[in-house]
Amino acid sequence: MSERILDVKNLKIDFHTYAGEVKAIRNVSFHLDKGETLAIVGESGSGKSVTTRSIIGLLAGNAEIMGGSIKFHDQEMLNNSEKDWQSIRGNKIAMIFQDPMTSLDPTMKIGQQIAEPLMKHKHVPKKEAWARALEMMKAVGITNAEERINEYPHQFSGGMRQRIVIAIALICEPEILLADEPTTALDVTIQAEILDLMKDLQKRVKTSIIFITHDLGVVAGMADRVAVMYAGELLEYGNVDEIFYNPQHPYTWGLINSMPTLHIEKLESIPGTPPDLLDPPKGDPFAPRNKYALRADVEAKPPFFKVSPTHYASTWLLDPRAPHVEPPAEIKRRWAKYRELQAAKSNS
Amino acid sequence: MPEKKKLLQVQHLKQYFKSGHDVTKAVDDVSFDIYEGETFGLVGESGSGKTTTGRAILQLYKPTSGKILFEGKDVIKMHSRAERLAFARQAQMIFQDPFASLNPRMTVEDIIAEGLDIHHLVKNKQERRERVEQLLETVGLNKNHASRFPHEFSGGQRQRIGIARALAVQPKFIVADEPISALDVSIQAQVVNLMIDLQKKQNLTYLFIAHDLSMVRFISDRIGVMHYGKLLEVGPADDVYDKPLHDYTKSLISAVPVPDPEIERHSHRLSYDAQKEEMDGKKRTMHEIVPGRFVRCSDDEVQHYKDVAASYEK
Repeated sequence: MSERILDVKNLKIDFHTYAGEVKAIRNVSFHLDKGETLAIVGESGSGKSVTTRSIIGLLAGNAEIMGGSIKFHDQEMLNNSEKDWQSIRGNKIAMIFQDPMTSLDPTMKIGQQIAEPLMKHKHVPKKEAWARALEMMKAVGITNAEERINEYPHQFSGGMRQRIVIAIALICEPEILLADEPTTALDVTIQAEILDLMKDLQKRVKTSIIFITHDLGVVAGMADRVAVMYAGELLEYGNVDEIFYNPQHPYTWGLINSMPTLHIEKLESIPGTPPDLLDPPKGDPFAPRNKYALRADVEAKPPFFKVSPTHYASTWLLDPRAPHVEPPAEIKRRWAKYRELQAAKSNS
Repeated sequence: MPEKKKLLQVQHLKQYFKSGHDVTKAVDDVSFDIYEGETFGLVGESGSGKTTTGRAILQLYKPTSGKILFEGKDVIKMHSRAERLAFARQAQMIFQDPFASLNPRMTVEDIIAEGLDIHHLVKNKQERRERVEQLLETVGLNKNHASRFPHEFSGGQRQRIGIARALAVQPKFIVADEPISALDVSIQAQVVNLMIDLQKKQNLTYLFIAHDLSMVRFISDRIGVMHYGKLLEVGPADDVYDKPLHDYTKSLISAVPVPDPEIERHSHRLSYDAQKEEMDGKKRTMHEIVPGRFVRCSDDEVQHYKDVAASYEK
């Protein structure tokens, strides 16, 4: 049915630092189908940005891929030379960064910045490329585009700059768009506009999106599927309803529970801080902060237990031998809602 | 309900900034009260003047005009050093960026104790040390953290140090300017819970400034909504959120993403056009629409907002 365009398997990435080897990504596997939006959620240091950057060959100089594979269609990306990467970046795979203030070239007219990928990758003549850039500016909602195409980034507001960044990313109609916290630096009303714009353009261009964020609200509105990362590992993944209404990993519970929503009386904070990745824990990395952790979670890495054909979680709580634990009230409320949704689905 | 005491009254506060011939009206005729022991949340987008309002209240700027009454005394008219020091002891600030707001060359002890030294609240080194250790424990840090430097701490821990610094002089009132926006979700909850705890224990009054509406609603008793330097709506937190009166408040709340896919699928965004209200030349001031709920509007718009408020009750 759906065409798989990206397959990441057992990815391992280390950072060489003065303090030692930081094991930033440990055995991360996920895939991306055509036209879908996968959200990767996690806190800072969870490895969500590093994972995404590895897909476009933009890892920092001290990073080394220790194993695994990243397959884009049938092409093994880890064998790419810098030249191979250059032909992919901005062409088949494009990226939007968090900070629209620093991701544009301040000395270049924005028309030039939008047209450049077309001229470089598709060898479109300058005049035509600029005409397409103008069209793209209108498509991303920049008013008065005919005049503004000759302006420089500092003449635009933050929200407008992010629109320009999106225009640059989408001008070559990439197959994959990597969006690393694209709206975190923006105000909520601007954020809502940018998210609507991305959904709109996704339908038109049929791009698949990997959306990185720590904001579960944004995920709920954007994602088809969700992957939850913590301390360099994937802990749970599933489609958006499964993660929001039927979460199984206590870390996912904690994330949902620390968001203020209508039903929450007291915010449940997750105690403690993430582990030191110089010496990652051998079991579930979240176990030290997890009040539901079993002894097995501390001692041995739990496998991915299947919750549904699309939903997997890595916690020993799902082992048939595990004792029953009572999840937080908000999670129980969500589970009940999940059963309602399931019932409604099977009835219709 | 017994009559609550007004701790802070902001009256027609204006804070203009001049750059060349241009005047930026960062805060333009803003009035509100904060009652003792409550949390007043100030929300708005960047450039709305919420931070400037907070800073003007603490006299970090010199307001262009207006009155700021703290326990009945106008802090703008406090000129003597003694008066200003006394106010500074009562009113403290927690800053947004826990990385920029702590001096990297000072130890945690010196950072926290700076206020104690200035106000002569401790007699000797040992007492100073004890007080710092006590404050560190209050905010959930370890007392042997006192001799460390800010770079040795994570963002959440640094924000705790910032809170300890503000608490050191035993203030009544704290302006918290986006205290959690630089922190991760799970850490945000820790800091917010800490602030709520401290408020209960020490009867603190907060002015909580943030753009994260859901968190502001959670922590605040009352909320004020700012836009382009003007305060548009004030009311109890849940009312403002569930039954917004002003069109801008409606658009702001409709833009807040909710961590629930079903709600997101069925939500629609409302837009707000500020031009319409700016250009019609009507004089607008704060009017009480229903008891405790204020909207900035002209005399002839009062009925409209009363109707909006009534429509929620049906």
